[in-house]
Amino acid sequence: MTQTAVAPSAKSDKPPKSASPLARLRDPSWYQRYGVYVAVAVVLLFNALFTEHFMTADNFRTQLVQVAPIVIVALGMALVIGTEGVDLSVGSTMALAAAFLPLYLGYGLVPALVVSLLAGAVVGAVNGALVSLVGLQPIVATLALFVGGRGLALVMADGQLKQIVNPDLLSLGTGSFLGIPLVVWIAGVLAVAVAFLVQRTTFGRQVVAVGGNRSAAALAGLPVKRVLIGVYVICGVLAALAGILATARLTASDPSSLGTLMELSAITAVVVGGTPLNGGSVRVLGTVAGALLMQLLRATLVKHDLPDSTAQIAQAAIIIAAVYVARERRSR
Amino acid sequence: MAPPEAVPQAPEAAGDTVSAVLEARSVSKRFPGVVALDDVSFSLRAGETHALVGENGAGKSTLIKVLTGVYRPDGGELRMTGEPVRFARPFEAQQAGISTIYQEVNLVPLMSVARNIFLGREPRNRFKLIDFARMHRETSELLDGFGVRVDPRRPLHTLGVGTQQMVALARAVSVNARVVIMDEPTSSLEPREVETLFRVIGNLRDKGIAVLYVSHRMDELYRICDRVTVLRDGRHIHTGDLADLDRMQLVSMMLGRDLSEVRRSGVTSFAAEGHEAARTPVLTATGLSSRLQLHDISLSLHGGEVLGLGGLLGSGRSETAKALSGALPLDAGELTVDGTTLKRLTPAAAIRAGISLLPEDRKAEGIVPGLSVRENIVLAAMPRLSRAGVVSRARQDRIVDIFMKRLRIKASSPEQKVGELSGGNQQKVLLARWLCLEPKVLLLDEPTRGIDVGAKAEVQSLIDDLAGEGLAVLLISSDIEELIEGADRIVVLRGGAVAGELTGDDVAEARLLEVLADHAPEPAGPAPAAQEDPR
Amino acid sequence: MNETKPFTAAPAPVPDKTPAVRPAGPESAGRLRVAELLQRQGVLAVLLTVVIAASFIYPTFASLDNARGVTIQASFLAVVALGMTLVIITGGIDLSVGSVFALGGVLAAWASQYGFLAALLLPLVVCGGIGLLNGLLIARGNMAPFIVTLATLLGARGLLLALTDEGATTYLVPKDSAFGELGQGSVWGFGYPIVIALVLFGAGGLVLQRTSFGQTLFAVGGSSDAATLMGLPVARTKILVYTLSGLLAGLAGALNAARLSSGVTIVGVGMELDAISAVVIGGTLLVGGAGSISGTLWGVLLLAVIQNLINQIGSLNSSYQSVVSGGFLIVVVVAQRYLARSRRST
Repeated sequence: MTQTAVAPSAKSDKPPKSASPLARLRDPSWYQRYGVYVAVAVVLLFNALFTEHFMTADNFRTQLVQVAPIVIVALGMALVIGTEGVDLSVGSTMALAAAFLPLYLGYGLVPALVVSLLAGAVVGAVNGALVSLVGLQPIVATLALFVGGRGLALVMADGQLKQIVNPDLLSLGTGSFLGIPLVVWIAGVLAVAVAFLVQRTTFGRQVVAVGGNRSAAALAGLPVKRVLIGVYVICGVLAALAGILATARLTASDPSSLGTLMELSAITAVVVGGTPLNGGSVRVLGTVAGALLMQLLRATLVKHDLPDSTAQIAQAAIIIAAVYVARERRSR
Repeated sequence: MAPPEAVPQAPEAAGDTVSAVLEARSVSKRFPGVVALDDVSFSLRAGETHALVGENGAGKSTLIKVLTGVYRPDGGELRMTGEPVRFARPFEAQQAGISTIYQEVNLVPLMSVARNIFLGREPRNRFKLIDFARMHRETSELLDGFGVRVDPRRPLHTLGVGTQQMVALARAVSVNARVVIMDEPTSSLEPREVETLFRVIGNLRDKGIAVLYVSHRMDELYRICDRVTVLRDGRHIHTGDLADLDRMQLVSMMLGRDLSEVRRSGVTSFAAEGHEAARTPVLTATGLSSRLQLHDISLSLHGGEVLGLGGLLGSGRSETAKALSGALPLDAGELTVDGTTLKRLTPAAAIRAGISLLPEDRKAEGIVPGLSVRENIVLAAMPRLSRAGVVSRARQDRIVDIFMKRLRIKASSPEQKVGELSGGNQQKVLLARWLCLEPKVLLLDEPTRGIDVGAKAEVQSLIDDLAGEGLAVLLISSDIEELIEGADRIVVLRGGAVAGELTGDDVAEARLLEVLADHAPEPAGPAPAAQEDPR
Repeated sequence: MNETKPFTAAPAPVPDKTPAVRPAGPESAGRLRVAELLQRQGVLAVLLTVVIAASFIYPTFASLDNARGVTIQASFLAVVALGMTLVIITGGIDLSVGSVFALGGVLAAWASQYGFLAALLLPLVVCGGIGLLNGLLIARGNMAPFIVTLATLLGARGLLLALTDEGATTYLVPKDSAFGELGQGSVWGFGYPIVIALVLFGAGGLVLQRTSFGQTLFAVGGSSDAATLMGLPVARTKILVYTLSGLLAGLAGALNAARLSSGVTIVGVGMELDAISAVVIGGTLLVGGAGSISGTLWGVLLLAVIQNLINQIGSLNSSYQSVVSGGFLIVVVVAQRYLARSRRST
């Protein structure tokens, strides 16, 4: 409602008063930022008290392994959402990477990995180009890749499931280091890397600025197009990586079903983790926590013999709650 | 609740029930930390054209928002034809007969003229379906009454701003407005459209509709308004006939400065003496052209000088500034900085060459609200302050500290979100952003718009200092006094082309207004002598 | 170069065509309308071209039987896309329609044992209710449509699973029931669902173009602020439009169940994206404020024809359909973008 040129020049110059802990609880922005951690803690506590065999190393390992691919994809998604975009094609990219893998394993593990990751990068580059150079909306651009990507993956794989027998790849999926599965290590390292990228590198700060105010960023000489293409490429590569790891774990390349609905899980993790949909801020730790929360929720329900349907409904409710606390307030 | 009669400073206002169609009685409005309106009373008579003036921050826009139901007053009340009224939302004010025309037309751009005018009250046929034939016919009749001929089926966004405003006015009239509030209506209009607007206002007067005209353009006010109300610092200062007040008196009332002081030292904080310009230009622009927006613009900027860029809004000043900073795609033209011609014109290239632009709209193109003061300041300088792509906090902190002190930016800490700062401080943050690049050329587009009086003075002195230090400054301002007193030399634009240049003693209000209003649709008299080709 | 020079008497000539005001002559308005027509009916043109070309190349394509098959398959997506069009015109989006479609089918199949009316009403009530919930959260809760409908997508499917023992139970529509006839019967060889879809599209087009509600949809999508200022019931309209979307998705699902004689639980996954594709291809702007019902119809048919063609071409892998659809979407949207750009500069 800012129609006239002059807003009431009445913005207070005084800094916000430091709030007492109780007052802070009433501040909605606090919930947006820290709510997800509280929720994770609550779920853990509940399980510690009421769920058998929950607080075991075995269980933790299982949970972390299951959530790792989602975390990896969500990291890329968080970057894209930080620029006020979205990437619906991540699931199809996973499938595409899975389709490429068996075709090049004959040349060795490394070439196959490189090709698959490259496929992800190419998908990301196409997305990024459509968004930044052609000016398409992210939903539409990535929607097209979503539709076309899986089709391409199926075409390449002749619609068939292929067994993976390459021992190096299999060990990537099932191996452990210091008792922690490799996939979890990879997810962890990537989370730290992306956090560093966002907080401490020029590129990361540029991502946040582009999402916060694109025109201002452009006028300040930031390479907006390059930044946009960059985030989609990163997202594509991470999705491809997740596809590779998932394939390794499944010991089979299944492009027809791999990654289905992954975009939903990733977006959910990002949103629940407190990253705003209209860009300007990327919460990496929050995203990881968001993915963990959804995973733990599902696991809790399963362990208490509650059906999948309940899990989905609960997920829906959590998303609504997360967005509710994050919504824009209309001032009067 | 309302005080009975005479408010000391405005004897006419409160007791004026002579056909007062709209009245504000002792209206107050407070925001956290500031009182925007303090016990303001004023009344509007049917059929009059009433000017509302005041500096930025005087409370004009807050008063309008109270009158139109956007805000609810914390104190006092509103009355229409004597009856107290309360508006819970803007629509209720509209229902009561108060319509508003803003600079940014508040209609639906993608919909047609006719649909916009009749939105919400479409004429129906027998089957309760919309009767488009009738809608188009009535629209044409309405607009013809204003002397505006336009195809009612055209989408609104394909029309010029002036015509869009006519459509908005037509809608206001057709919903039986009794009061039309116009907020800076001519800022985007061509002189021709301004004439049309004034004629329409005359029409409204004949219909007995009151017009509240908010503008800082003295000429227009004196031409079409009957009475004037002056606000300053949220208080009502004066209401009276315009005929009884000369311009300097009006200005001094707006500023709260003594008349003689205003005559002597000017109304702004710019130093009275000009600046010493360097001999050779730092920046030379030749033949800048951008389809439909700029036509063969050539000018030069010298270090140590403040070059004013004058013209009505829509004359291409902001576009010129954007072109000079690489932010406007050009069809033709060249930029030379210190003798080197720039090959590619992008904001990044311009920044590298030492050109910085402070854009007009700091909200849309300036600040990144979610980021801190520090990050906003270093936004453009980030690559220089990083090592191998990694941000160096130490370097950033040092720069931020220097500039926060120099520009006196008031924030709780450099980490405060810049969106929380006042307009004036936000503007200073943006200035810091550009200054920390140590530019050779600083392009300022409306640097003091929408900021409080104190910050305005600081910015103006800063501009003086920067020019004194040898910077080449381009100053765009719709504040005539600011332009006159701040600039050493003024280039005037009209319709996207250079219309003239003022130097020396010609840099004065009368002269500038002359050039601005000068209008040459038909060649009057002998054709102009062959233009000296200066480029 | 340009030294300070005194003010010259005659200012530089003002260019005749000023950028802001365009002549309101018939020619430029006409040119605008051509561009708009092209954008809107461009899809129709492409559709006709493809159909005609395919009829010549693949004789099996041009048969009446095939036409009936294609159109009946498309009719369900069409009904869903109709609701999606209205939502998108208001500047929103509804990702939950796929789940709601499936839910509608399950509910209809289950209720069909209680008669025709029950089989139709139950899905409408429940799915309309879900749409209402979407609308309330979006309009009154002031939350982003993308995320709200994403949540409902999950919630509705969860509900679906809960009602069918986690997807294990498939309710069957009684043989020879009136409800089954609704899905399988036909008039002149064209199934009832096709007729229903056409009737709904006709009504939808009328509502959109010729009623205040339709105008309000465009206004809300074009400029929600302006609409509020003009006193239009913005919140109420949004709630209504999401409810409609839910109703239509539920109806489509019920019809689908009638056709299949069972409430298949795995349908509808990704259907929302098909609907969005059809709407976008049909020329409706994703940002809202402009669009057409007929465009969506052509978009749906185009997608169905492509799928059919790919099936016809026996040698091609059916996965190619996705690739072609995806490519199509890109081409259409990019073309729209360039059309829009050139329009702005005339």
